[in-house]
Amino acid sequence: MSDKKLTLKKRLHILKHHFRGKKMAPAFNAFHTFLFTPDETTHNGSHVRAADDLKRTMNTVIMALVPVLLFSMFNAGYQHYSAINGFPENFSVIEHFLTWDNFWIGIIKVLPLVVVSYGVGLLVEFIFAVIKGHEVEEGYLVTGMLVPLIVPIDTPLWMLAVAVVFGVVIGKEVFGGTGMNILNPALTIRAFLFFAYPTWMSGDKVWVYEAVERAGGPDAISGETILGYLAQNKAAEMSYSVSDMFWGFIPGSVGETPTFLILLGGLFLIFSKIASWRIMLSAVIGSLVMGLIFNGVVDQGWIGETSKFYGLMSFDFWQHLLVGGLAFGIVYMATDPVTGAQTDKGKWYYGFFIGFISVLIRVFNPAYPEGVFLAILLMNVFAPTIDHYVIQGNVKRRMKRLKNATILPKDSEGEEKELQVETA
Amino acid sequence: MSKDIRIKKGLNINLVGAAEQTTTKAVLSNVYAINLNDFHGITPKMLVKQGAEVKAGEPLFYNKNREDMMFVSPVSGELVEINRGARRRILSLKILADKEQAVASHSPLKVDPATKDEVKAFLLKSGAWPFIKQRPYDIIANPDDTPKAIFISGYTTAPLAAESDYVLQGKEEELQAAINALGKLTPGKVHVSVGSASSSTLSVLSGIELHKVSGPHPAGLVGTQINRIDPINKGETVWTVSPQDLVIIGELLLTGKFNPERIVALSGSCVKAPKYYKTKIGAEISTFLYSSGVTDDKFRVVNGDVLTGSKSKPDGHLGFYNNTVSVIPEGDDYDLFGWNKPIFNKISATRALTFSWMQPNKKYDLNTNTNGEHRAFVVTGMYEKVFPMDIYPLQLLKACMVQDLDEMEQLGLYEVAPEDFALTEFVCVSKQPHQQIIREGLDLLYKEIG
Repeated sequence: MSDKKLTLKKRLHILKHHFRGKKMAPAFNAFHTFLFTPDETTHNGSHVRAADDLKRTMNTVIMALVPVLLFSMFNAGYQHYSAINGFPENFSVIEHFLTWDNFWIGIIKVLPLVVVSYGVGLLVEFIFAVIKGHEVEEGYLVTGMLVPLIVPIDTPLWMLAVAVVFGVVIGKEVFGGTGMNILNPALTIRAFLFFAYPTWMSGDKVWVYEAVERAGGPDAISGETILGYLAQNKAAEMSYSVSDMFWGFIPGSVGETPTFLILLGGLFLIFSKIASWRIMLSAVIGSLVMGLIFNGVVDQGWIGETSKFYGLMSFDFWQHLLVGGLAFGIVYMATDPVTGAQTDKGKWYYGFFIGFISVLIRVFNPAYPEGVFLAILLMNVFAPTIDHYVIQGNVKRRMKRLKNATILPKDSEGEEKELQVETA
Repeated sequence: MSKDIRIKKGLNINLVGAAEQTTTKAVLSNVYAINLNDFHGITPKMLVKQGAEVKAGEPLFYNKNREDMMFVSPVSGELVEINRGARRRILSLKILADKEQAVASHSPLKVDPATKDEVKAFLLKSGAWPFIKQRPYDIIANPDDTPKAIFISGYTTAPLAAESDYVLQGKEEELQAAINALGKLTPGKVHVSVGSASSSTLSVLSGIELHKVSGPHPAGLVGTQINRIDPINKGETVWTVSPQDLVIIGELLLTGKFNPERIVALSGSCVKAPKYYKTKIGAEISTFLYSSGVTDDKFRVVNGDVLTGSKSKPDGHLGFYNNTVSVIPEGDDYDLFGWNKPIFNKISATRALTFSWMQPNKKYDLNTNTNGEHRAFVVTGMYEKVFPMDIYPLQLLKACMVQDLDEMEQLGLYEVAPEDFALTEFVCVSKQPHQQIIREGLDLLYKEIG
């Protein structure tokens, strides 16, 4: 260390020792390990370790979210201008969608949501880490990205901030931090927003920028989502095609619309072995099954066109996956390893019920025609129960093996005498 | 009769520096050491005072709970040091070797007419008993137990470990004698496994149940094979012996002399000429390390393979059960943006911008860096991909951490040893010490129930 010019690496190394044992150490380490993977070595046990750490795992999920975020920034503007000027005829992606005007709306509306979500959430994380003296954990890196993508675009920033504080503290930190929580923190934040500010969070105004401000005025615009139309049995007034739904040129929560990009993200997560394909596949199957059941009810003529459930029940079963937050929830939120089922077999049940219940709530909930976040939160609660029964299967198999086994006695208990195990 | 075992789940860790199959005689070591940590759970009672002379094969101490279980000196010489730790617990013994080796001799045991008790007594007094380990608990076998079977794995899958096929060449006689003796100790079978394509010396032995094993690591671990062949139930015991230790047992039975000679693989990317050395248990590692030469100035010597061995130094000593010494670079350096940049030079079980899946046969030069910080368990489903037993690894680890004895038992802690969790520890993104957790769980269970 004789040369005067210290590299960044050495400076930080010296600082790390300076902070060791001090209160602010977790905060410093969070920045340090963000820049540099630490110089920690193994002790005994496995002397070499695989390349992945938790940061890499979380980072992979974020990478899968980036295309969705970019799309949502353009879509924010596209929906805004389309609501004012009407949807363009002869729609072309380059001319009407990927424009600077659209992106600017994204910058002034979507980016602040991202900044507030990360800023407030990480602040809470840092405070807890410093108070409790543990490292700042990576869980919020993903949560912070998910949150702005699952809220309506006109969510006031202060509301978001309050919800994030609630979600991080009650949803995660009180349980002990990342890895210990029972409910998905991002969905806890979404649920808080929904139940704390129900009049704001539902209805047909918050989904498109400025729709709220202009409401009631002469230049009012509509921001109704597809599910909103369906819930009111107004499918006929809807001007979106199936291809719009698939590519995502529809109103909705900020990042939930581009089913195609979500599909790509899901495939990337499966390929990189970060998220569970079992959960994704079974959730898709679950939602298709429920959708088919409802379609069947309509086909049988059990409910009439005047029924308030008719719009959503008659909606083609597979199109449920294209609208609302179902695809987004399945790919990015149901697969959360901490709050989901942890056994391979359990993941099948867990995913299936998420899909199944999502569509069920979607159809039968009159106040708010979306059920994905409630379904996932519900299954978060049941995931340990599912795992329990799966693991009991393994335990029972072991017990059965034991019943059929003959245990040899210890030498002192007499030679060659076989004892039958009591099966208590 | 041969039964084939095919293991699908697992991960081969291909490392640079596998030992070349030539054997050199190592320089004689001046000082030999017995490390008491090798004998987990044994409380030693010394038989020899510091400064006294011992012969090779003469008892140094015995097991406090089992007075006839002797632990013998590998060489003849003077007991120069009894190294003690906290509460005067003995950590290691050092013996300054004589120039002229004097060997304590027992009368050879004729195995065929001998009874079970005679075999046991012979192995106990001659110092060969500690080579026999038991499951549950992964400790030296309790001579009072009757194991339902004995397992010997001659299939090597651990990274850079000594190839059983190679080191056992020409040892038929000793192996057969040892197998005959072990066969007396169990009413069940003696299961021996070899690689599916191997022409191992082990496969020609009689009195065994031969299994041909194929698949990635941990297919070669005896625990994996027990789980496939005849899993352990609560209350049952199986014994395991590593094949090179069989040779020592066999020679003892045939000649009456304890011969601690071993062929040891010196391997790892920091060794200039990785190859095999003939040396003795307890020999100083530097006696052969520097004949091969080391490249990196900052390296770690591991007594054993890189997944399960213990940290050592050049002036450390070859462990009682080890036939591999690995030397790999220390990884105590920072890596700028190591968590998000694409990684080509490290092994990974995922494809999260890690590219080891593209070249499954490439050999890697891994160092001892943890590649990340210790975290709570987060990711699920990763361990199951490299853990071939019918056991839920994550749940078992958690049961051990919260010390829930019932659950540990129900989830199958009886069937595992720490080494079975080496691979899950390797792939763990939370960098949890799996083997330590399992070891502590086993110790707790042994204390409370065993």
